[in-house]
Amino acid sequence: MRLLSAGGRGVSSWSQPAARRMRFARTVLVVLGLALLPFVLDALAGRAWVRIADVALIYAMLAIGLNLVVGFAGLLDLGYVAFFAVGAYAYGLLASPHFGVHVSFLVLLPLGAIAAALFGVLLGSPTLKLRGDYLAIVTLGFGEIIRIFLNNLNQPVNITNGPQGVTLIDPLSLAGFSFGKSHTVLGVTVAPVHAYFYLLVALVALSILVARRLQLSRIGRAWAAIREDETAARAMGIDTRNLKLLAFGLGASFGGVAGGLFAAVQGFVSPESFTLQESIMILCMVVLGGMGHVAGVVLGAIVLTALPEALRVVGPLQKAAFGHVWIDPADLRMMLFGLALVVMMRWRPAGMWPSPGLRSSAASGPAAAAAAVPLPGEAPQSLAPRARGGPDGAA
Amino acid sequence: MDIFIQQLVNGLVLGSIYALVALGYTMVYGILGLINFAHGDLVMVGALSGLALLKGALGAGLPLPIALGLAALGAVCLCGALGVLMERIAYRPLRRAPKLAPLITAIGVSILIEYGAAMIWSKQYLALPPVIQSTTWQVAGAAVTDLQVSIVLLALVLMAGLLWLIRATPLGVAMRATEQNAEVAGLMGIDTHRVIAITFLIGSALAALAGIMVLLYYGVAHYFMGFMLGLKAFTAAVLGGIGSVPGAMLGGLLLGLIESLASGYVGDLTGGVFGSNYRDVFAFIVLIVVLVLRPVGLLGTASGERA
Repeated sequence: MRLLSAGGRGVSSWSQPAARRMRFARTVLVVLGLALLPFVLDALAGRAWVRIADVALIYAMLAIGLNLVVGFAGLLDLGYVAFFAVGAYAYGLLASPHFGVHVSFLVLLPLGAIAAALFGVLLGSPTLKLRGDYLAIVTLGFGEIIRIFLNNLNQPVNITNGPQGVTLIDPLSLAGFSFGKSHTVLGVTVAPVHAYFYLLVALVALSILVARRLQLSRIGRAWAAIREDETAARAMGIDTRNLKLLAFGLGASFGGVAGGLFAAVQGFVSPESFTLQESIMILCMVVLGGMGHVAGVVLGAIVLTALPEALRVVGPLQKAAFGHVWIDPADLRMMLFGLALVVMMRWRPAGMWPSPGLRSSAASGPAAAAAAVPLPGEAPQSLAPRARGGPDGAA
Repeated sequence: MDIFIQQLVNGLVLGSIYALVALGYTMVYGILGLINFAHGDLVMVGALSGLALLKGALGAGLPLPIALGLAALGAVCLCGALGVLMERIAYRPLRRAPKLAPLITAIGVSILIEYGAAMIWSKQYLALPPVIQSTTWQVAGAAVTDLQVSIVLLALVLMAGLLWLIRATPLGVAMRATEQNAEVAGLMGIDTHRVIAITFLIGSALAALAGIMVLLYYGVAHYFMGFMLGLKAFTAAVLGGIGSVPGAMLGGLLLGLIESLASGYVGDLTGGVFGSNYRDVFAFIVLIVVLVLRPVGLLGTASGERA
């Protein structure tokens, strides 16, 4: 922090040091809050909620990665979980008794990122010509293909151990500090879930930083141009082919890292965790949170992970009110979740926390932008005629 | 050779069912540009409600054909109402929303229907009581049941009827006009909201009938059965060229044939390395190949594409 230099420049703009001090204080508060959060959760809500917080952070990484593809570059990807799976299996297979190999996570996390990025480019290259919903269905198919292979590659040669999955995966450990055991630091017992929480917070913060810098860079602006109107972007000299591949590759690498962490935290991976529903869930986090807005998608990930858990109370509530559980709480909570999606889209289609300044066009193709009423003093962003009834300009 | 013909027959039956479901996807996509994710779940509702009605009617002592007719009618009415309701409540308010919003809504509706069905009919696999006595014929070395023949025939009749409706009736003209340009169609005096509601009604009714077919053919129904079936049917619609009604029919039949031939032969061709458990992979690989070579699908037109 630059507290010292802030004091010396107070004459020309006297409000700057105050603003900077405010920002510093806010940073300190956020860091302190995050440092205490696992213990507060532990005390108030129980160990399970610390675990849920860990899961939410892994989802946040996934949402940030998918947001690169869907939110920044406007490519609808319904098979994103495949990259998560690639990262998780890369870690699981190379750090478990399954093959008897135990490679350090310092090697495996980057390896997972690279492997996932390769798969991203592999998926991206044949689909570059496709737009909108066709792209969605091809990515969806790709995700299913990966899962089916994971499920069946236990014979003739046992690679993935099939539906049983890979078990006894090594926890992370760094310079003698194992994340898999409890430690006592200054009289405070730090359980594995706590240690992972801090690591995940750090990695999510890094992801946010990378994603933000990308968005503001030349690459990010080129992605925005492709998202709004690909033809125009190409006419402006943007290499749409390579940039779309880059979006797929970079987005996938976030998924790969998240997958490696998931394998380490969980200690176990199986194809069950990488179904299409999971892809859809991550997409919902991006869209409900606010597509194209990094902070928004992190919020989306946290809310959508916590909401189904919080809705578990409906079981005991029914018991208290009627003396009998009429509706299976798991079902009811899924129904409420579905209802939440419908209601959100009805009243806040741009998400809970939309990106400021992007308005309606952020989450849509050019035709929808043209269809939306332009704000006062703002020219419609696309003059593409609405060829058909639906917002299908990106088809 | 026998296996080939047998797989051909199985593929044709499966393909007819896919085609019926794919029609619902393609009609809605043609008019609204919306992937109605919940459409597959209507098939499930059709199957489960049909099963419940069939059991009820048989329990009341009605003869099988009447009970079956009543069950089909009830399922069609229920699914039709559900389809119209979901359009009215969930999709209509989103006509001008950003492109992904209706897709998310559709996913939400799908979850609602699935778990609603799980509450009503439980999460068990529900078996059809053994009331259907099918006759088996030997045709060119393959076993063909009368149930298979009736499924294919009924599907063909329904598809022919739909084509006639779209090509030759005032309602069909209104549907095509709405598909081409909803605003101008509105200016020409077409009640586009009504046309869209009717499109949902037709698609849902076809889905209900497909559900009854699945129920009779496979003998079980399950609250989650609509998911994979819907996915395949959507794949079929894209394969044929989404938005194109004949395309959905062709895509459905092709996908059914590809799947059953692939699962029948892949084990032999690869020396047992890949078995029929890779069936879904082949469906998706074929789809990807078709889309890479011809991104608008087999019968789709390139009008929506730019550059």
